[in-house]
Amino acid sequence: MTVKFLAARRRNPAVAIALLLLALVVVGGAYSLASNAQPAVAAMGSQTQVEEGKKLYLEGCSSCHGLNAQGTKYGPTLIGVGAASVHFQVGTGRMPLAAPGAQAVAKPPAYNEDEVAKMAAYVATLAPGPAIPSAEQVDYADADVAKGGVLFRINCAQCHQAAGQGGALTQGKYAPSLMNATPTEIYEAMLTGPQNMPVFSDETLPVEEKKAIIAYVNELQQAPSPGGLSLGRLGPVVEGLFLWTAVFAALIAAAVWIGIKAR
Amino acid sequence: MSTTSPLEKPAPVEKAGGAVATYLDQRLGSNKALGRNLGKVFPDHWSFMLGEIVLYSFIVILLTGVYLTLFFKPSMVEVVYDGSYVPLKGVMMSEAYASSLDISFDVRGGLLIRQMHHWAALIFVAAMVVHAFRVFFTGAYRKPRELNWILGVVLLTLALAAGFTGYSLPDDLLSGTGLQIIRGIIQAIPVVGTWLAFFIFGGEYPGTDIISRLYSAHILLVPGLILAIVTVHLMMVWVQKHTQYPGPGRTNTNVVGYPLMPVYMAKAGGFFFVVFGVIALISGLVTINPIWIFGPYTPDQVSAGTQPDWYIGWLDGALRLMPNWETVVAGYTISWNVLIPSVIIPGILFTLLALYPFIEAWVTGDKREHNLLERPRNAPVRTGIGVMAIVFYGILWIGGGNDIVAVAFDLSINSISWALRILLIVAPPIAFIITKRICLGLQRKDRDKLLHGYESGRVLRLPHGEFIEVHEPINVKEMAVITSKTDHAVLPAPQKTDTDGVRNPRYLVHSLRHRLSTFFYGDNVPKPSAAEIEHGQHHAAEQAAIEAPLHEYEDRDVIYNAHGGVLHHPGMPEINAEQIAEETRS
Repeated sequence: MTVKFLAARRRNPAVAIALLLLALVVVGGAYSLASNAQPAVAAMGSQTQVEEGKKLYLEGCSSCHGLNAQGTKYGPTLIGVGAASVHFQVGTGRMPLAAPGAQAVAKPPAYNEDEVAKMAAYVATLAPGPAIPSAEQVDYADADVAKGGVLFRINCAQCHQAAGQGGALTQGKYAPSLMNATPTEIYEAMLTGPQNMPVFSDETLPVEEKKAIIAYVNELQQAPSPGGLSLGRLGPVVEGLFLWTAVFAALIAAAVWIGIKAR
Repeated sequence: MSTTSPLEKPAPVEKAGGAVATYLDQRLGSNKALGRNLGKVFPDHWSFMLGEIVLYSFIVILLTGVYLTLFFKPSMVEVVYDGSYVPLKGVMMSEAYASSLDISFDVRGGLLIRQMHHWAALIFVAAMVVHAFRVFFTGAYRKPRELNWILGVVLLTLALAAGFTGYSLPDDLLSGTGLQIIRGIIQAIPVVGTWLAFFIFGGEYPGTDIISRLYSAHILLVPGLILAIVTVHLMMVWVQKHTQYPGPGRTNTNVVGYPLMPVYMAKAGGFFFVVFGVIALISGLVTINPIWIFGPYTPDQVSAGTQPDWYIGWLDGALRLMPNWETVVAGYTISWNVLIPSVIIPGILFTLLALYPFIEAWVTGDKREHNLLERPRNAPVRTGIGVMAIVFYGILWIGGGNDIVAVAFDLSINSISWALRILLIVAPPIAFIITKRICLGLQRKDRDKLLHGYESGRVLRLPHGEFIEVHEPINVKEMAVITSKTDHAVLPAPQKTDTDGVRNPRYLVHSLRHRLSTFFYGDNVPKPSAAEIEHGQHHAAEQAAIEAPLHEYEDRDVIYNAHGGVLHHPGMPEINAEQIAEETRS
């Protein structure tokens, strides 16, 4: 009945306009839904938290990032980097910087979790930016590991290496090993793109896919090595090194032993 | 040949194998050949077993390879993986990769066999290279063995081909990336490159043919050729007899050693099981090529830290170190950045390698047969060239892992590449010069040993107050080894015109040859004459005779004093005789 009704009128000029309108509504609606999916403004911390965070910021960060976080020639502006960026950089010990170099090195953090949260809350008030992911966002228990593996090889392996052992970039920069990265850190790194890493926003890599990648990295961290010693999973160069040192030493030793026995 | 009639009594004690030998001989006439060959004498040295490692690892490769072919599917048809490795479950991949995963996770013993196959392959090429260096450094390739050297170079090339085709078969991300580089290298060949690449891959990259083509090369063509050439290689060793190191009683015309049966049968058989055992042990304990980590190959993906196996690593290093040079000729790009490191340099190197025996013979004018090996120190230029090659290879190999080095040692990959570029040009000549100087120094030391005997390190005061360092005559073995050195005359410098004033038409060639020959042997320290050696050894013997009374107590055991300190140990002259006498009395 309906089919017949539609089929009879499918060449009506009004149909084109109606379809166009429908398409616009669908696309626009979908876009607004998608962009609403990520709250643009990070959840604000309490007023006292922000003020204490500002105090910590002025003490520890402002010499490079400026008194108003506007940035100086020693460090970039922090306006709009969001709480996630602060949590990642300070929480992994990359900030404050120990020494200028090709890239900030991860080290034991200088601030405790509480202080990091305060500074993150302060930076989040400066301008909207990505928030620290919630526990629910990084819960990868139900994620698809195999899909995560595919996504990891497409998006991450060219710098972090297929086994997540890290790799070299130009001029002393590098993609660090992921073997000690926590789910939250991985999520924040994807969200904020620290140092040389590109940003993988929730638009390009939806939350589900981030979870899948986290699940795969976790698999790389946890999975046993079925073939025996893994040799650091660094590839054929290390295998070759092992061959020329350990294996060949054993074979030559055996040859010498057999040679000596004859005398 | 033994013919037994029923009337003849059988030998009273017939060995266990005798009946079998007789049975076979009556049908095949084999006893004569066996009798002649089983007693064949081979010289003994551990370094002669390096070639055996090659052979035995090849046998392991063949055995494990046969097992792998039972389960591997050389097909690029896309399938959905449904094996037991969870992190890849449901992922689209080629059948080749899926079956490699099945071998690793679902075939009984598959992972062990795969790892044995791969480790044995690495050992195969490594042992081949070490064996080649042994042959090179001892001059074993000289006449009459030049042809066998060429066969060796062919075998090395085939081994690289076997290794690379095998590396590419599992169709994981690592092997696919290597294949893509090979395609790039083929494409860089001027004029025919693009057509050749399409011909080999059956169309666009990666296409659907390449795995099955590599498979037939890997399991049939290349191993068949290797097997055939190895057989000829060994037959030539058999026919030409094995070279031997210099030693007492060893000359250019004899072979001093042990018979094949039973000594080498036992040694070689035992060594086969040692090599097999080492390979099995390593493969059971250490992962090689964890293909499940790399994931299936797709041309749009690449992993950081992608490198080939060690024997191709130097080519990868050459590619990485090469500056980015390109020229455009009539609208066509010539990629020098790919062509030079991966086609021209290896082409030149392998050609030089194969022709080296002929080049050296031409330079030195040496047409004699050599069955006695030359000590590396006595051919300093040859030894220097060998060390130069090792340094050159080592630098390129480091270059092939420049990213791993950068990450492991916290260095800049750019600095490493620049350092290696400079080192690649500077370091080999330095290595050559140092090696040559060391060789010449050792030659001088040998000369000193012949002229003055062996430095005992003991200083003796003579009754009239003179101090001498006691020199001892060198022993028979060392004497034979050192005096095995032959002095090579440098080719004379040619005259531009002869006495009648006629121009020498080959002056330039001869002059080059003269200069190269001087370069090769000009610095050698000449061996002292027999009379000089005699005099020198006699002098040393005299000195030793003066010292002889002091050696009276030399053969005593270790003597401790009351507090456990050593008063005397064997070989030490008894300088504190009174104290020792007191201690031993109590």
